[in-house]
Amino acid sequence: MASITLENLTKSYGDTEVLHHVHGQIEDGEFIVVVGPSGCGKSTLLRMIAGLETITGGQVHIGDRVVNDLEPAQRDIAMVFQNYALYPHMTVRENMAYGLKIRKFSKAEIEARVREAAEILEIGDYLDRKPRQLSGGQRQRVAMGRAIVRHPKVFLFDEPLSNLDAKLRVQMRLEIRKLQKRLGVTSIYVTHDQVEAMTLGDRLMVLNKGYVEQFGSPIELYSRPASVFVAGFIGSPAMNFLPAHAEGGRLTLENGAVIASTTAASGPVTLGIRPEHLVADSQGPIRLAVDVLEQLGANTLVHGVLAGTRTDLTASLEGVRDIPGGQELAFSAPPEALHVFDRATGQRVGD
Amino acid sequence: MVENRRWIDILTHVVLIVGIAIVALPIWITFVAASHDAVRMTQAPLPLLPGGHFWENFTATLFGSGLSGTEIAPVWRMLLNSLAMALMIAVGKIAISIISAFAIVYFRFPFRMGFFWLIFITLMLPVEVRILPTFEVVADLGMLNSYVGLSLPLIASATATFMFRQVFLTIPDELLESARVDGAGPLRFFWDILVPLSRTNIAALFVILFIYGWNQYLWPLLITTDTSMTTIVISIKQMLEAAEQTPQWNIIMMTALLAMLPPIVVVITMQKLFVKGLTETEK
Ligand SMILES: Nc1ncnc2c1ncn2[C@@H]1O[C@H](COP(=O)(O)OP(=O)(O)OP(=O)(O)O)[C@@H](O)[C@H]1O
Ligand SMILES: [Mg+2]
Repeated sequence: MASITLENLTKSYGDTEVLHHVHGQIEDGEFIVVVGPSGCGKSTLLRMIAGLETITGGQVHIGDRVVNDLEPAQRDIAMVFQNYALYPHMTVRENMAYGLKIRKFSKAEIEARVREAAEILEIGDYLDRKPRQLSGGQRQRVAMGRAIVRHPKVFLFDEPLSNLDAKLRVQMRLEIRKLQKRLGVTSIYVTHDQVEAMTLGDRLMVLNKGYVEQFGSPIELYSRPASVFVAGFIGSPAMNFLPAHAEGGRLTLENGAVIASTTAASGPVTLGIRPEHLVADSQGPIRLAVDVLEQLGANTLVHGVLAGTRTDLTASLEGVRDIPGGQELAFSAPPEALHVFDRATGQRVGD
Repeated sequence: MVENRRWIDILTHVVLIVGIAIVALPIWITFVAASHDAVRMTQAPLPLLPGGHFWENFTATLFGSGLSGTEIAPVWRMLLNSLAMALMIAVGKIAISIISAFAIVYFRFPFRMGFFWLIFITLMLPVEVRILPTFEVVADLGMLNSYVGLSLPLIASATATFMFRQVFLTIPDELLESARVDGAGPLRFFWDILVPLSRTNIAALFVILFIYGWNQYLWPLLITTDTSMTTIVISIKQMLEAAEQTPQWNIIMMTALLAMLPPIVVVITMQKLFVKGLTETEK
């Protein structure tokens, strides 16, 4: 078991810097999810921690060691790859045993560990099969088994579920979570799926274009997003963003509507309101011109624009609703549900 | 094809049978000639049906001194020479080229691409082109009339290096990475992962290279002066020109039959792997 410290990490390919000054302290036993859109540098960050990618600047500590110059095998980590990367010519048993064999474990010890891992993952029945005789989900388990048998200090996962179908993904997600809790191994998990991130992580590191936008618990990210990017990325349906002018705590929208808030910001801002925080209120200042409805059963998403403007606005109403297009609905929003961001920098301001 | 008309069936069969007949006829004649005695073979017309002297010719050819009245080595000895040469060439070529491909694909070293092109350029220098300097070198090293001299100059192979390079390029990077995480060094990765994954390609190459080695003519002709080192392919030609006699066709044809045998055995035993190696793309 070990804590991990990322200190001012940067990565450049030639002249292009793809990761910029990444900081982060990961506690022993924590489950960290690194999340962000495609190409933001998640895999690169993970591979730098694994030792598969050289570190351009900064330091990675695992436990009390600086591991910058250590080979992956010396870092006491195990990695699960997106395409599983099982050795195709070895049986499941040999796949799991390979790392131990290289480390010169005794036959009995290897057998015991493989057995233990196979039991945890319920893959005991296919120990003598080759990977190509397994389904995607089973291969995924074997890949995890290969990580577990080593009893490493750190698990690294690079989008391990993205090749599975939706249902299996949900099931494996839960299993990974349970497994990690049970083994208590510090884990870093990379994904671009925000739902996966929210449900798995003790804490989330949101990456955008190589910058850490925010590093905090799922609830923190949801209730106090640090930037427009995080606000838009976390939560489904996505947050509404309305251009507004702030002055003396009052927010004036494009169409002249005024919303009372507690913000200390002034000047041009972006106002963020989650669809589920809009409260139907016939006296409310926020008027939505309805365009289309999305029926989800438990609730109804009302898509349209802010009345008199072309700014998109979505509200989430409970239950099944039937609202004709073109109609206007009025909403209000409690001050604590308003997120105010600087219009130019996109950073949270005013509280 | 879903075509199911009778005359098409018949036509395809006729075409196939004619094709097989054309390919098989020379082999049949060889076999027939090898089963008659020397006298019958000099009379016209040539026999088209096998005679009764097959085993007699067989033992005479294989264990006798071959052709009577010449000092050619016994055929078993020449088969052995050919076998040694073909095996050394095939194994040597595979070993050298799999190692060079490993270096070129998996290591970053100065002038990597330079070496790559250097190997590529040797494609333009087959033995026939560089035969005089090569002979000079081999002679100076005292390797005339030896198995090493027979096979070494033919071992370097750009084609096989390319083939292994292509094979290695299809092996996903993650496999290398997961081997690294598992603690495998370069050599372990090579033996435990690369070689088993290239198994079918190695087999396919072995078949091709064995036959290539077996059929070598010019180079062995040049560097073997000692009759005990002659290869079988050369000896057939020599038997034809054996001084001042009518060719003993029954013995010569038996030798030809024997010369065909090892390549056939290699192809048949490795057929399954061979086909896989040439067609399989998934790793
Ligand atoms: N070998 C390389 N040479 C140059 N640029 C690279 C190299 N590898 C990655 N990059 C760049 O680094 C950036 C981050 O890549 P990375 O693979 O970490 O993205 P990612 O967040 O994992 O994306 P995805 O979700 O698609 O896997 C990308 O913009 C990519 O183009
Ligand atoms: Mg990635």
